[in-house]
Amino acid sequence: MISEPFAIGDSMIHRLDPRIRVGLTVAYAFVIALAYRFPVLIVALFFSSILVFIARVDIKEVLKRMVIVNALIFLLWVILPFTFHGEVLTRIGSLAIHRPGVTLAARITLKSNAILLAFIALIATMPFATLGHALHRLRVPDKLVHLLLMTYRYIFVIEQEYKRLLRAAKIRGFQPGTNIDTYRTFAFVIGMLFVRSVARAERVHQAMLCRGFKGKFYSLQEFQIGSASRAFAIIMTAIIVGLVTLELSNG
Amino acid sequence: MDRNDLLINLEGISFSYFGGPQVLANLDFHFHRGDRIGLIAPNGSGKTTLLHLIMGLLKPTAGRIEIFGKPARDEKDFADVRRRIGLLFQDADDQLFSPTVLEDVAFGPLNLGKSKNEAIQIAQKTLAFLGLDGFENRITFKLSGGEKRLVSLATVLAMEPEILLLDEPINGLDMKTKARLKEIMSGINLSYLLISHDFDFLAEIVDAVYTMADGKILLDKEVHLHEHVHAHELGTYPHQHDMSEERKNAPAGNHQRTDERRQRVTDRRQNLSDRRQNSADR
Repeated sequence: MISEPFAIGDSMIHRLDPRIRVGLTVAYAFVIALAYRFPVLIVALFFSSILVFIARVDIKEVLKRMVIVNALIFLLWVILPFTFHGEVLTRIGSLAIHRPGVTLAARITLKSNAILLAFIALIATMPFATLGHALHRLRVPDKLVHLLLMTYRYIFVIEQEYKRLLRAAKIRGFQPGTNIDTYRTFAFVIGMLFVRSVARAERVHQAMLCRGFKGKFYSLQEFQIGSASRAFAIIMTAIIVGLVTLELSNG
Repeated sequence: MDRNDLLINLEGISFSYFGGPQVLANLDFHFHRGDRIGLIAPNGSGKTTLLHLIMGLLKPTAGRIEIFGKPARDEKDFADVRRRIGLLFQDADDQLFSPTVLEDVAFGPLNLGKSKNEAIQIAQKTLAFLGLDGFENRITFKLSGGEKRLVSLATVLAMEPEILLLDEPINGLDMKTKARLKEIMSGINLSYLLISHDFDFLAEIVDAVYTMADGKILLDKEVHLHEHVHAHELGTYPHQHDMSEERKNAPAGNHQRTDERRQRVTDRRQNLSDRRQNSADR
């Protein structure tokens, strides 16, 4: 089952107002994504790590996610130093390792990890439904918010249907392999999933019509900004401003 | 019977799914206020189709639909029908689409124009009525099958309908939840039409059992001729009409309860018509 391992908790961060968390995390991520100087990126990575620490989430789960992202980044390390030409650092046989390629790869590594950790600490620590409502309050268009919430609601149902289909295939001796029969079976399963999803969407819409749906959704969640949230907002804003200053200063 | 008591009147309804065989053929159906009807029929005989036609989710290829004394033809007519008739879907996952239980139950009342606080109050009252206190912030897809069914019922009841249509409500439920649902249905103060394959379940909570064959609805009397051998339980049915007599002769306590219920229905209807008046004024 698809899970949300960080959503439930009682750390200081879990109790903060979701809107403030979403808004400031987005601003923070933008600053990191646009930053160029190494001191800024290193400081940001440091801050993000501290946030994860404060959120008191399961470090093993955090590492699992970091491995996935960094596996992708590893590919950049394999390619960029050899292809992004400039000053040559050193040579391995006939292959030259270029300095601009190395710094670019390092920059991407720092940025990705800093942003990933910040999102784990600040966004993944709220239930998905709360995130939807926070986005709604932040004036994200209704259609996008509801697309998000509906996807979240039915991805589990579709996952179950997928597992059911696969089980049905397995009990009849289906063993996945690298052959045309396997591909055909998976094609059938996926095709069936699409058909069932469309049929389900139809029924869900009917159920909504039966309850008077007129194209408008309502959000019941009330958010309140407490003193902790206010303090967090001030500190986080200070950090963001600090990073921007550091980036723009000539040092 | 008073004409005002004829709530659903279907005349000569025919229906076939696109390109498919005819599911309903020249079907007539009358549903009166206070009716508690069970519908028991083989798979594919058009039971669900019938409910969806009443709700306006499907359009008949021929025939007339009259609901609450008014002809129901287009989407606008059915928008009103859907306020006053609640349909419980076969699959609870179709009915529960909001992230949390409270939001899902409050969805209907909010669509009826209730304020946020009113809607939350109605939702909480409905959940309490079904013994689902404390479920408000549960995540809908993480509920068990039985809980999902009861919460779906809550979402329908929260709209305060005058008629309930239930499409195989005990399908896939365990004995305990089944008993719970039976208890709820016998205590509920609404007219309803209930589809089920379970004679025992129907026997205690409906006053008449209909069946469907050849795209038509047959009254229970006709059912006997066909199904006597297969389903002995139905043999008890001709006497079911006496149940209303029994109820009349029931002890005073019981009477009172019925009177109270009747009063509640009247009150609610009053509220409903007030509300409608208000929205008309607006």
